[in-house]
Amino acid sequence: MMPRWMLPIVATLMLGTSISAHAATIQITMENLVIAPAETSARVGDTIEWVNKDIFAHTATARNGDWDVTMPPKKTVTLVLRKAGTIDYYCRFHPNMKAALSVAP
Amino acid sequence: MFVRVSAAIAAVSLLSSAALAQGAKPTDPQIAHIAYTAGVIDIAAAKQALTKSGNKEVKAFAEDMVRDHEAVNKQALALVKKLNVTPEDNDTSRTLSKNAADKLAELGKLKGAEFDKAYVANEVAYHKAVDSALETTLIPNANNAELKSLLQTGLKIFQGHEQHAEHVAASLK
Repeated sequence: MMPRWMLPIVATLMLGTSISAHAATIQITMENLVIAPAETSARVGDTIEWVNKDIFAHTATARNGDWDVTMPPKKTVTLVLRKAGTIDYYCRFHPNMKAALSVAP
Repeated sequence: MFVRVSAAIAAVSLLSSAALAQGAKPTDPQIAHIAYTAGVIDIAAAKQALTKSGNKEVKAFAEDMVRDHEAVNKQALALVKKLNVTPEDNDTSRTLSKNAADKLAELGKLKGAEFDKAYVANEVAYHKAVDSALETTLIPNANNAELKSLLQTGLKIFQGHEQHAEHVAASLK
């Protein structure tokens, strides 16, 4: 057992690592005109990596106007999430492509 | 109005019937030529719309057509090169090109909202015709797996174009 006085220090250290561990990178693919997964959960500070596997250009466009990311054919584009909320998004070029992203604070 | 509708119907029936007319099944080099030609035609129509239309929605649609059809055709060219296939001109391609040239000339005489409506109506009809030709003739007869797969991708994206064109057409009424 560690001395009682060390507990806050250990707790602080653990907190520090847990914060950085939470800044995850989450992949979402756009392939054959489908966004997968259709629903993704993330946290503020996480990075979304949209991987466009199609020969077509796509966008990830938030319906609430928060972001609008354009991805050229066969390219990967990243976005760091700055705001919490549940965001429905779609591809402006191919509006049948729809998905949702839940961003926890 | 009647003329425009019947012309659209003629265009729809023409593509599928012409592709089927010869009785002989189209070969891969012919299929590649037909698919490529169909793309070139829609790009030309979209470029005409981009110079003539002042409607934001119509222009955005036309930009989508240029972007997507160029992407498919770029992939088609890369594929025929890889397979060492020379696309082969044929009656269906010739009929398509001839009709498209007539349509460009016809639309070229229209202006403003009249042009927008005629362009979008033709896009609905044209994509219907192309989708039906892909489904009933081109995809089933394609021998090469990669060609077939590209045509299937084409069908999926063109079905989206057809819906998009219908949506724009409804907004112009």
